[in-house]
Amino acid sequence: MTAVFASDVIYAPNYTSQGLYLDITDRIDALDFADKLAPAHMKLGTFEDAKYAVPHTLDLSVLFYNKELYEKAGLDPEKPPTTLAEFADHARTIREKAGGKIYGTFFGGNCPGCYVFTFWPSVWAAGGDVMNEDGTESTIDDPNMAATFQIYGDLVRDGVVHPANKGEAGPTWTGFFGKGNIGVMPMPSTTLGLMPRKLDFGVAPIPGPDGGESTFVGGDVVGISSTTDKADAAWDFVAWTLSEEAQVGILAKNKDVVGRTDLADNEHSAQDPRIATINSLVAKGETPYSLNFGATYNDPNGPWLKVARDAVYGDDVKGALAAGKEPLTSSLGQQ
Amino acid sequence: MSAGGGGVSAGAAAARIARRPAGRTLARRRSLQGIGYAAPTAVVVTVFFLVPLGLVVWMSMNRWRLLGAPTFNLPDNYTKIPDNQLFLDSVVFTLKYTAIVTVLLSGIAMLLALQVQQPRRGVGFLRTSYFLPGAIGFAAASLLFYGFYSDNGPLDSILMDLGIVDEPVAWLGTPNAALFSTIAMVIWRFAGFNMLILLTGLQAIPTEVYEAARSDGANRWQMFRHITLPLLRPTIALMLVLSITGSLLAFDQFFILTRGGPENGTVSMVMVIYREAFTRFDLGGAAGISVLLLLVLVALNIIQLRVLGRER
Repeated sequence: MTAVFASDVIYAPNYTSQGLYLDITDRIDALDFADKLAPAHMKLGTFEDAKYAVPHTLDLSVLFYNKELYEKAGLDPEKPPTTLAEFADHARTIREKAGGKIYGTFFGGNCPGCYVFTFWPSVWAAGGDVMNEDGTESTIDDPNMAATFQIYGDLVRDGVVHPANKGEAGPTWTGFFGKGNIGVMPMPSTTLGLMPRKLDFGVAPIPGPDGGESTFVGGDVVGISSTTDKADAAWDFVAWTLSEEAQVGILAKNKDVVGRTDLADNEHSAQDPRIATINSLVAKGETPYSLNFGATYNDPNGPWLKVARDAVYGDDVKGALAAGKEPLTSSLGQQ
Repeated sequence: MSAGGGGVSAGAAAARIARRPAGRTLARRRSLQGIGYAAPTAVVVTVFFLVPLGLVVWMSMNRWRLLGAPTFNLPDNYTKIPDNQLFLDSVVFTLKYTAIVTVLLSGIAMLLALQVQQPRRGVGFLRTSYFLPGAIGFAAASLLFYGFYSDNGPLDSILMDLGIVDEPVAWLGTPNAALFSTIAMVIWRFAGFNMLILLTGLQAIPTEVYEAARSDGANRWQMFRHITLPLLRPTIALMLVLSITGSLLAFDQFFILTRGGPENGTVSMVMVIYREAFTRFDLGGAAGISVLLLLVLVALNIIQLRVLGRER
């Protein structure tokens, strides 16, 4: 059977709870840098106090902002927004000053996972929560959730968001910023190295409605299959992926995020302040924990997309979110 | 020992055959030959159809998660179907889609077939053009149209440059828009194929029948109504069966173009099966719906073929 077993971090709790991963608590704890591994990933790779997986690739949500458009709109290209309210102001100004095919911001409005990835960090940044600790109950009625949805909804109604937002189901949402006609929007950090060379853009943390900063720590974790007889060989490889050689020499060199907080400052991040910003967020960010995450939040026909769309495109944000609490909780609790 | 025994029995068999009349031997050889020819197909059908079918039926009787050991739970996977609101909605939606697609597709295919029926100048070009979209994979065609319909896509650019619209059209923005945008793609993709089916039927109608009708003074419509349509009946039956069955099993087009949205307005029955199996990891539940759908389709096809395939 397969020995090395990687999975999307968000599904790790489901897999560990079913006993698919080998308990590698002792092996992990023996690492010199055990307490420096990306905390959000470690939380999801832990089940009933046993550790099963370590960070493999990290994909964080951060604001990308187009410095050229900032200058054109009379904004300071070295001062990205520090609150979501300011983010909305910047987006509005860019839409007003530039107009035409230039829009203030963009998000995937028909993509359940995109809402999770780009909106939730604003809730966390303000100290709010999306679920209870065990991921069995939705706390979507958190006032910071309402404030976040209100800001995005207003931007849509004012025509500041690129009109494709309502139909964007996910496959192409990261393609808009690179075309140079979006002012500022949350993006996956993994697209940093994919942007056109000539695009002059900066990176900033996703702020909460009134300040703070956070990120959704996505990506993959890796562990060892519980059915393998080659656990030692598998661990050799997994441990190597966490070494400085692999983290800095390969990941950081490719403008990817490192999985160890002690390596956040390295020779490559020193050359690009955007990478330094992203790396610094690994310790602050969150990855939501739930056994039923996929069926509840990533399913395009599931409860979350309906709630999110009602909240953004409807006219009663609080009512829409309140109505979503029960279906979300019931989906989280299903066996 | 065994080799010797084999030799003896083979010899005895040869002796028995030799005593038989020549005709029976020939018949026997023919039937063996028939089995030989049919065997490869039989193996393929067994391995790739009967065995999976049996497995699906077995799965539908078990609580069968994607991972872990299954446990027998008949009839839970069937009794919970009426509680699945998404599935109930998808039945209505799929029937609506099937009705619209089948009517439009048959009508357009018939017009195309009649247009290219007679050998004329340029008919080869038209036939090829109409059939060409059928050579594109269905999923690839869906992705192609996803690109056409996107806000930065060519369709909006052309319409805006022509001044027909001022801003991008949300081709997939509402459930109805999404439905008809998808139907447009399906017609583009399948009209040529259905035209081809009708064309084979049209070519099989003897020209003498038309000549006789013409000498009796029948006009074009009368000939279509009283000769073409009745003689085309088995062909139309085939086209309808293919179209209705295919539409009831719709998946690729909605999965790629709309993902069932917006507002779950375009979720087809097979998409619900897919969701039960691969989003919710409930393979038993998905198998239950599949078996139900299979029974309905078999019944529907029997009825259709009886009604439409009936000899006059």
